[in-house]
Amino acid sequence: MAQPTAAPHKVIIAGPDLARVVDRIAHQILERTGGARDAVLLGIPTRGVPLARRLATRIHAFEDFEVPVGALDITLYRDDLRLRGARAVGPTQLPPGGVDGRSVILVDDVLFSGRTVRAALDALGDIGRPRLVQLAVLVDRGHRELPIRADYVGKNIPTALREMVRVLLVETDGTDEVRLEPAPMGGQS
Amino acid sequence: MIRHLLSAADLDAGTATEVLDTAARMDEAIADREVKKLPTLRGRTVVNLFYEDSTRTRISFEAAAKRLSADVINFSAKGSSVSKGESLKDTALTLQAMGADAVVIRHPASGAPYQLAGWVNGSVLNAGDGTHEHPTQALLDAYTMRSRLGRVDGLSVAIVGDVLHSRVARSNVLLLSALGAKVTLVGPPTLLPLGIEDALASGTEVRYDLDEVLPGVDVVMMLRVQRERMEDAYFPSAREYTRRYGLDGARLRALPEHAIVMHPGPMNRGMEISPEVADSPRSTIVEQVANGVSVRMAVLYLLLGGAK
Amino acid sequence: MTTYLLKGVSLLGRDRTDLLLADGRITDASTAGAEVIDADGLVALPGLVDLHTHLREPGREDAETVESGSRAAALGGYTAVCAMANTEPVADTAGVVEQVWRLGRAAGLVDVQPVGAVTVGLGGEQLAELGAMAGSAARVRIFSDDGHCVADPRVMRRALEYVKAFDGVIAQHAEEPRLTVGAQMHEGSVSVRLGLAGWPAVAEEAIVARDALLAGHVGARLHVCHVSTAGSVEILRWAKRSGVRVTAEVTPHHLLLTDASAESYDPVFKVNPPLRTAEDIAALRAALADGTIDAVATDHAPHAVEDKECEWDYARPGMLGLETALSIVYQNGGLDWDQIAERMSRTPARIAGLADHGRDPVPGAPANLTLVDPQARWRVDPTALASGSRNTPYAGMALPGRVVHTFLRGEPTVFEGKATR
Ligand SMILES: [Zn+2]
Repeated sequence: MAQPTAAPHKVIIAGPDLARVVDRIAHQILERTGGARDAVLLGIPTRGVPLARRLATRIHAFEDFEVPVGALDITLYRDDLRLRGARAVGPTQLPPGGVDGRSVILVDDVLFSGRTVRAALDALGDIGRPRLVQLAVLVDRGHRELPIRADYVGKNIPTALREMVRVLLVETDGTDEVRLEPAPMGGQS
Repeated sequence: MIRHLLSAADLDAGTATEVLDTAARMDEAIADREVKKLPTLRGRTVVNLFYEDSTRTRISFEAAAKRLSADVINFSAKGSSVSKGESLKDTALTLQAMGADAVVIRHPASGAPYQLAGWVNGSVLNAGDGTHEHPTQALLDAYTMRSRLGRVDGLSVAIVGDVLHSRVARSNVLLLSALGAKVTLVGPPTLLPLGIEDALASGTEVRYDLDEVLPGVDVVMMLRVQRERMEDAYFPSAREYTRRYGLDGARLRALPEHAIVMHPGPMNRGMEISPEVADSPRSTIVEQVANGVSVRMAVLYLLLGGAK
Repeated sequence: MTTYLLKGVSLLGRDRTDLLLADGRITDASTAGAEVIDADGLVALPGLVDLHTHLREPGREDAETVESGSRAAALGGYTAVCAMANTEPVADTAGVVEQVWRLGRAAGLVDVQPVGAVTVGLGGEQLAELGAMAGSAARVRIFSDDGHCVADPRVMRRALEYVKAFDGVIAQHAEEPRLTVGAQMHEGSVSVRLGLAGWPAVAEEAIVARDALLAGHVGARLHVCHVSTAGSVEILRWAKRSGVRVTAEVTPHHLLLTDASAESYDPVFKVNPPLRTAEDIAALRAALADGTIDAVATDHAPHAVEDKECEWDYARPGMLGLETALSIVYQNGGLDWDQIAERMSRTPARIAGLADHGRDPVPGAPANLTLVDPQARWRVDPTALASGSRNTPYAGMALPGRVVHTFLRGEPTVFEGKATR
């Protein structure tokens, strides 16, 4: 798990702004899914899961309506096992109603190459048959390697490949912040 | 992560816990799904190299590899007396040429997996070697304890029977002790190797009276006892063995309420375990089989995912 | 015959002197015309004598031949070896022992003294024709079923008694077979952990005790092969004190290696009797120093690659010893050069009845000697050994003491570290 580091970094989104960004995404979801009545939010571990929960909380605050939330781990669907080795497998928890016939909104912190989303779509396909699938991300940092785009973007941050975007959340890291840092060896994934 | 799994001693508490956690996640990932398959090991080749007939273990490894989408090759070197043809080394070189990413080996000679690991580049998984070890059995036993009792640390586990010839017992003593359980070995002195208290893990206890031990344990693991041992004078008769060391209904009732009964299989019903006990709800024998697949998936994933 | 003048040798590690070798003996005649060899600082020892060598011929020439084993022996500083009887066919007749003896003569690198089997086919039941072997050209004096124990106490008693007629000795491989069924290594905490069937110390000690009592009872000579346990040492100490005519040998590997070597499951460490514990090693070293154990013997046991590159259970027991024995003993025996000469030459020659061996290289003695550079260190490379096999447990080890020259009856069998033939 990434810890806040002392590495030189630039704060892109600070605490209270992050909450506003989440609110905006929640509103957009409500708008574009006709009130999110058949929606299911599936967070991609690690930080997609608390983000999905926050979105559900905000939607509940705005509309007094419970959107089912789950977690969809994609570790076992990655295509870089040979390259990067085994990683800890995260939780997968589907909401009781499942995903069949629902509008599934995948939630992740950073959209980069698109490979994580590709893996998530594969995982979703093995789990059931949603009516439609959308993608919500806190940050889109560009550099796509696959024909994938997000339906909801909190903030577009143009980056260089030698940089990485680090999202910190209170639930996982004790603070809300989005940082731009030098990429470690091997780059962001 | 380690490259081979040859002994439970290769797993420290952290690594063992990582395996058990991964197995739990894998269970979760495919629970309630129609497609019980993950693409994780697509394009990888897992060879099951079995020098002993053990359909249950082979099938378990095969299911684990296939659920992770690996290509599985079953290489049965059957014909008991090491089918006096190809040597283990020649077989190893063949597997090496085939590009096996992992070789799962079951062998009647203790230590054969160690030698194989010296001859192939892929990962070697010990699926039972002679009277040495069977580390994935210990992992699945620990996994079963964790899912039934919530933990392994602090449990009191009695392993009962033919410890001398048991690879399951050796691996369990090592792994359970590493995970913080207290292990007591119970059996006739002839079937408990001299000095085993200190040979594997400190804190291992040896007892000869099963009835004294049962009221204080959380887990009782019964080992298979072969009737043929009688001929080698390890005990006088099957009847006497059962009377002194068999787990029957009366002994089951002497266990604490929460305690569970385990058996690595295959069972000798009526010998070390009575049918009543084997079929009781406190027996985990069927779960152990299911958990075997999850744990072996986790081991394959972690070994083959060892970053190059 | 060439006359050699060895200049500046250190006789038994002591005084510097020159040795003149002429007509197969050490002499103090004129040095005129002698070929001078600069041997400054080399330790001169009586040629080593091995009581326990497996030369494998006839039968397993793929592992060793009399010639390759003789070369290994000469390179190890030996001038005589006792060739064990467990060949195929077994050396249980005058014919086979004479064949081995002749092969040794033909190779001409060491004196090969055949050991005769005690029982027909090493079967442990019927006595072999011990008298015929004793009376053959091979003049057999040591009889052994080595590889197997003469387990039947009645057969053992008879054998001990019978060889008294020609001052023979029974060399016993002490292993109670009923206690070592399927045994793979020393029974102890390592065997428990490795799941390898145990070979308990008591299986050796029970036979050593029984045989010492039998030898005492019938007044016969007993030699105990490859003593490996502290308990055996205690029994031998008691037997010698009680006047039993018993001698004993220890191998270099039992003076150095422990059962922990088996943790690699590399069968190069599989040997019979098995490698024991550090406590056993300490007792064996002490016994060698105080004479409870009389001799070092190699139990040189070459095995073909396929018999060692396999599963531990299926591997044959035994390890090479001839080319490394002196270095291992020099490094680990706690002995000075004179004691080394005693344990590796004089005493074994006396036990084997080899009158021309085991005699210090002084004028008048047969010129069977070896010269050792005590300063040199050498690294054991299995592929560079002269033996027909590679199963040395010391591969890669740097050992002290290198054999520079060996002379058999005044002619070099090893010169400047190389075999002459
Ligand atoms: Zn022997």
